[in-house]
Amino acid sequence: MDAGSLSSVSASKTKSRCPLQEQFLQKRNSRENLDRFIPNRSAMDMDYAHYMLTEGRKGKENPAVNSPSREAYRKQLAETFNMNRTRILAFKNKPPTSVEAIPNDFSSSVHQQAKTAKPRRYIPQTSERTLDAPDLVDDYYLNLLDWGSSNILSIALGSTVYLWDASDGATSELVTIDEENGPVTSVKWAPDGRHIALGLNNSDVQLWDTTANRLLRTMRGGHRSRVGALDWNNHILTTGGMDGQIINNDVRVRSPIVDTYQGHHQEVCGLKWSASGQQLASGGNDNLLHIWDRSMASSNSSTEWLHRLEDHTAAVKALAWCPFQGNLLASGGGGGDRSIKFWNTHTGACLNSIDTGSQVCALLWNKNERELLSSHGFTKNQLTLWKYPSMVKTAELTGHTSRVLFMAQSPDGCTVASAAGDETLRFWNVFGTPEVAKPAPKANPEPFAHLNRIR
Amino acid sequence: MASRTASKDIITLRGSAAIVSEYFGYASNSILYNRGVYPEESFKKVKKYGLTMLLTEDEGVKTFISNLTAQLAEWLETGKLQRVVLVIMSKASGEVLERWNFSIETDSEVVEKGVSREKSDKEIMREIQAIMRQIASSITYLPCLEEPCVFDVLAYTDTDVAVPFTWIESDPKLIANPQMVKLHSFDTKIHKVDTLVSYKNDDEWDES
Repeated sequence: MDAGSLSSVSASKTKSRCPLQEQFLQKRNSRENLDRFIPNRSAMDMDYAHYMLTEGRKGKENPAVNSPSREAYRKQLAETFNMNRTRILAFKNKPPTSVEAIPNDFSSSVHQQAKTAKPRRYIPQTSERTLDAPDLVDDYYLNLLDWGSSNILSIALGSTVYLWDASDGATSELVTIDEENGPVTSVKWAPDGRHIALGLNNSDVQLWDTTANRLLRTMRGGHRSRVGALDWNNHILTTGGMDGQIINNDVRVRSPIVDTYQGHHQEVCGLKWSASGQQLASGGNDNLLHIWDRSMASSNSSTEWLHRLEDHTAAVKALAWCPFQGNLLASGGGGGDRSIKFWNTHTGACLNSIDTGSQVCALLWNKNERELLSSHGFTKNQLTLWKYPSMVKTAELTGHTSRVLFMAQSPDGCTVASAAGDETLRFWNVFGTPEVAKPAPKANPEPFAHLNRIR
Repeated sequence: MASRTASKDIITLRGSAAIVSEYFGYASNSILYNRGVYPEESFKKVKKYGLTMLLTEDEGVKTFISNLTAQLAEWLETGKLQRVVLVIMSKASGEVLERWNFSIETDSEVVEKGVSREKSDKEIMREIQAIMRQIASSITYLPCLEEPCVFDVLAYTDTDVAVPFTWIESDPKLIANPQMVKLHSFDTKIHKVDTLVSYKNDDEWDES
């Protein structure tokens, strides 16, 4: 009783209060724009509408005409065309999402996380961090920067080698070479991230244990002049010298020289083993690019090259093996050449060549996407990010005020360190963020793994 | 297999339901393969309908489809299934990109009175084969699915159907202003199945 009277009172109250209602209506009007009807075809039931307009009307207007059969037909129609005639059902358990090897969509398999499929990666245009690198030797032919697998960056500044721990930012000095032997002309981490090889101006090659801070051995006598290029292939340390020689040193044995590759007649400034360890690419100041085959190497006698590529018209220092295609090599030429060339190292064919407009000092592939980063000198001293294979410029990163001599990639493949003639070391978050890159393609082999998260 | 008797060309409700649900199983596999919802490597080839069909080997998908066809067969036998829709959605956004619509008309006389019909297996297979060819060729006109996709299946049933506990009611997951292409039909004389694919209208192409 009480409740009933109360409600009737409130009802009469609202009725009497016209202004409020009007305001309410007005509000609705302004928001919804009710003067236009915009039909949505897919949401309409044309058959039903047609029935309602024709048959249904007829029946109502003159029921006298209706014969029993017609009535039955009408009834049946009304039944079948009734709006709520169906029930739409779906399985509670959804089918497993495809376990495709696209790494960054795993987290988005849950629908509620409305995340676009592959949002365009934001590439910061400025360096994330800048460190001072005083006394960095501004010499195109050297290789003074490397980032090891234990996330420690090594850089040679003059005669001193510094280690910078990227995880905590701690700096330490590894060694300062005597003045008569220095400066350091190349540094290269061994794959274990613990040992590091240093090439010196006096043609020596030193091997250091960075955890014990101890010189393990010095290899002498292989080269006749400074060693500007180094690369590792397991326990083989390959050294390239100003004398044009390339030497494979087995660091485990007493007389380390196992092979020599002779093909360059000027300074070797680029050396890179392919990921498989089968092929070595070497570039020199003689504008030559050589591909050497590991299996063809034989001790003592000098080995013939697999391919001699003479297309560059300036020194070839920048070399990078493609991480997703084993026989693809990118090479960049110096000031007189300015091109990036792509090679099939099995056939020796030049696949593509593009003019960058500036000397190419270093090249790095993105490990997570099909992209290539190049560093340049005059005029812009920039880093350029290219889409591969279209070679469309995705980004140009400026900040260095002198040629960007060296680049190194963090072990997670996301950050790039660049050192330039302006004596700065800059860090660029150019290859994406670690979170995106982290989930390995094979991390979700269990097709139902995500179901636990939905429910 | 169902109780299609050896005697000539008699088709019963159960047999028809089996054919239709089996058709649906193969059709969904074919769609999932051809539209690249799952990687190609996860499918194996089998001979069916005089064609080489592809069936998923992914255990999860397999169970999903077999559970589905089992339930569909049950509904088909009661004549309560009106439509089955396979929906392909964007994995990331959940946006509906494609709807494969299988409308089913059931001969109510067969359901109510339990009579059987006559139609040769061969003829039905030929009709299904034509649809399967159309599904495989549909990739030529359907827009590319450039992003990872997921699929779902909706069953339109009569309202008096009790909802099995593994199922829930769903929205129709419609595509606004879609393009539609009707494929061939097949008819077991008990169930008539019309196949139609509707897909998202690619505005960018229309405007240019």
